[in-house]
Amino acid sequence: MAKSRQPRAKSSRMRTTRRRSVASPSADRGNGRRRLPVNKTYKIYIGGKFPRTESGHYYELKSSEGTTLANVCRCTKKDLRDAVQAARAAQPAWAAATAFNRGQILYRVAEMLEGRKPQFADELQWIGHTRQASINEVELAIDRCVYYAGWADKYQQVFSSVNPVASAHFNFSIYEPTGVVGIVAPEDSALLGLVSSLVPAIVGGNTALVIAAAERPLCAVTFAEVLHASDVPGGVVNVLTAPAGELLPHLAGHMDVNAVVYCGDAASDIRDLQACAAGNVKRAILRGGSDWSSETAQGPYEILETQEVKTTWHPIGT
Amino acid sequence: MASKLTFDTDWTYAPAPEGTANVKLEKRYGLFINGRFTEPKSGKYFRTISPSTEKKLADVADAGPDDVDRAVKAARRAYDTVWSKMKPSERGKYIFRIARIVQERSREFAVIESMDGGKPIRESRDVDVPLAAAHFFYYAGWADKLDYAFPGKSPRALGVAGQVIPWNFPLLMAAWKIAPALATGNTVVLKPAETTPLTALKLAEVIAEADLPPGVVNIVTGAGETGAALVNHPGINKIAFTGSTAVGKKIQSDLAGTGKKFTLELGGKAANIVFEDAPIDQAVEGIINAIFFNQGHVCCAGSRLLVQESIATSLVQKLKDRMETLIVGDPLDKNTDVGAINSRMQLKKIEYYLKLGREEGADMYQPACTLPEKGFWCRPTLFDHASQSHRIVQEEIFGPVLTIQTFRTAEEAIEKANNTPFGLSGGVWTDKGAKIFEMTSRLRAGVIWANTFNKFDPGSPFGGYKESGLGREGGMHGLLPYLSLN
Repeated sequence: MAKSRQPRAKSSRMRTTRRRSVASPSADRGNGRRRLPVNKTYKIYIGGKFPRTESGHYYELKSSEGTTLANVCRCTKKDLRDAVQAARAAQPAWAAATAFNRGQILYRVAEMLEGRKPQFADELQWIGHTRQASINEVELAIDRCVYYAGWADKYQQVFSSVNPVASAHFNFSIYEPTGVVGIVAPEDSALLGLVSSLVPAIVGGNTALVIAAAERPLCAVTFAEVLHASDVPGGVVNVLTAPAGELLPHLAGHMDVNAVVYCGDAASDIRDLQACAAGNVKRAILRGGSDWSSETAQGPYEILETQEVKTTWHPIGT
Repeated sequence: MASKLTFDTDWTYAPAPEGTANVKLEKRYGLFINGRFTEPKSGKYFRTISPSTEKKLADVADAGPDDVDRAVKAARRAYDTVWSKMKPSERGKYIFRIARIVQERSREFAVIESMDGGKPIRESRDVDVPLAAAHFFYYAGWADKLDYAFPGKSPRALGVAGQVIPWNFPLLMAAWKIAPALATGNTVVLKPAETTPLTALKLAEVIAEADLPPGVVNIVTGAGETGAALVNHPGINKIAFTGSTAVGKKIQSDLAGTGKKFTLELGGKAANIVFEDAPIDQAVEGIINAIFFNQGHVCCAGSRLLVQESIATSLVQKLKDRMETLIVGDPLDKNTDVGAINSRMQLKKIEYYLKLGREEGADMYQPACTLPEKGFWCRPTLFDHASQSHRIVQEEIFGPVLTIQTFRTAEEAIEKANNTPFGLSGGVWTDKGAKIFEMTSRLRAGVIWANTFNKFDPGSPFGGYKESGLGREGGMHGLLPYLSLN
């Protein structure tokens, strides 16, 4: 895949258009005086901090009406490397946190998300959703967080086993996180798809780096702010933004990433991802084509996809 | 310094060879396709020899792409017309039959396994063959109970499974692969390793004797090219591979974009961690078993000894003393502890690492045992004072070669243990229960033995973290790779 240092052609357009015409809070407010809105800079999220991209490059994000919504960080492989390092550093402590604690933190995420509902609904409207569809998506995303928060201390109990071996040993198999998981968030669902692909990985003690939907990255960055305010330790989730496909080869080929959850459906991306994944026997998990609003898009098996089974033998008697 | 272990040196072991009179081997084996042995379309055969005598045991068909295609088509036909339509309980009964016949013919299997592969008869008789039968027994019972294994899901068979197995546990690996595939309702094309095809071909006889519908299990012999033809055949739904990490990566890459499901059981470099509060004599036996079992041709072998510094000197001395007593030689002799290296190629690889280890600066030790003149042999070997960056510490040797490093704290032991690309297995020796659980939970590996090593059971899931593989075989967890969950 090309790794041009130059922003794509479409971002060379003039950047003089007003931002966020939909639901913009900047409309006239009496006295005929316009208040100039304070626009948010959408930065990335690495190791519990919100830096700008190391590349210094941006790409322009348009609303459904063609106005400029934001200049989004055009992350490169160096940002990806930083995110992997942050995720790796955070992983042992996150995996060592009690399941109860991880469940509490994920429930806290849901609480924070509930409080920020209007902000997410606005961001979804900017990219063309109706008000009602936007609210529905945010509410489903909140409920999905609650759903997985509840699984935190249960999947182990449901799926672990004591194995009746034919020798004098106590033998049991439990689940442990695979490690560092890359999430390629779906392009078709800015918030719900992100939550549905990310949360099952982290509820099981993995840490993650998310490549946000290229054309719909705003919710991902705002969701990072929610995580930041929800006792999710820094580095457990890292969020990067970049034009579609630019980071995928670097993620798929990174030797310290243990698994990739890919939510797109481009056959060539899938083939490249799976081929690159062989470099370190990465687990490549495909979740493209999911109906994110359906209950079939959630479940304990989604948690198990980024888990490893560990079997322990212990002698009985001597 | 510990006192030297004393063994009564006046005693010697008289030869105790296992008889071969009851072993029936054909001069030439075809390919087992659609329920019977057939000549290969390729027209080619290769020799399989005994690595302990270098004598030819039989000629075996070398399956070409056309032969693989025939086998896959036979498996598909069997899946479509018979196996997928059969009542699961009936399917299970066929697998029970296989288990019984393997038990009945166990001694014949054990002898052939030792002849063809070089492993001591004590191991093939007491480990390989009973475990192979146990795998068929275990999975037979799952055939009609799959719904209970996956709450909330309706598991369905995938179709045709292509399976490629290694030469270190030829019959056992065939059982690991075939039993769960059949129990879950799939049909099979299996490729045994080219140096050890005979017990798989004998298993084909058992499958025919059990009257399995033709095409449910097909066995095609050949080398890497045959395996590649199987892996890349478009009529396959699932690939199960056990072998080296290098080949596993190649397979994973080849399968990219094909939609085939796969499991990989790859290499390892297990740390065997011994604390000063361990039961030392037990640990010595465990270390010996961990690395010299099956000549160290074991992916989960405990090939890296990490010993706490305070007991290193005495432990290493005890290990050397114990190594002096190991009997290396005729695999068919019931007294033999360490048999023949599986092939000339593998012996060369091991000898390369022996040379490398000395060049890297580790201290090599081998007992003074005599080796037979014919055949492929390697003395049990340890490298003391190895360091983490040595290639003999980082790379899988797949032979009777142990590296020894020391540590002071549990933290250091974990750091060293986890610092390889592998993550298949590990061992911990200490008498303190709390320490066991601390260590076993921090080792990044799929199978951990506490105060024991190299134990296997069909009910016990097996498989690696990181570059040691992907997916699990054995136990309830070993069903999943052969099913789709809806």
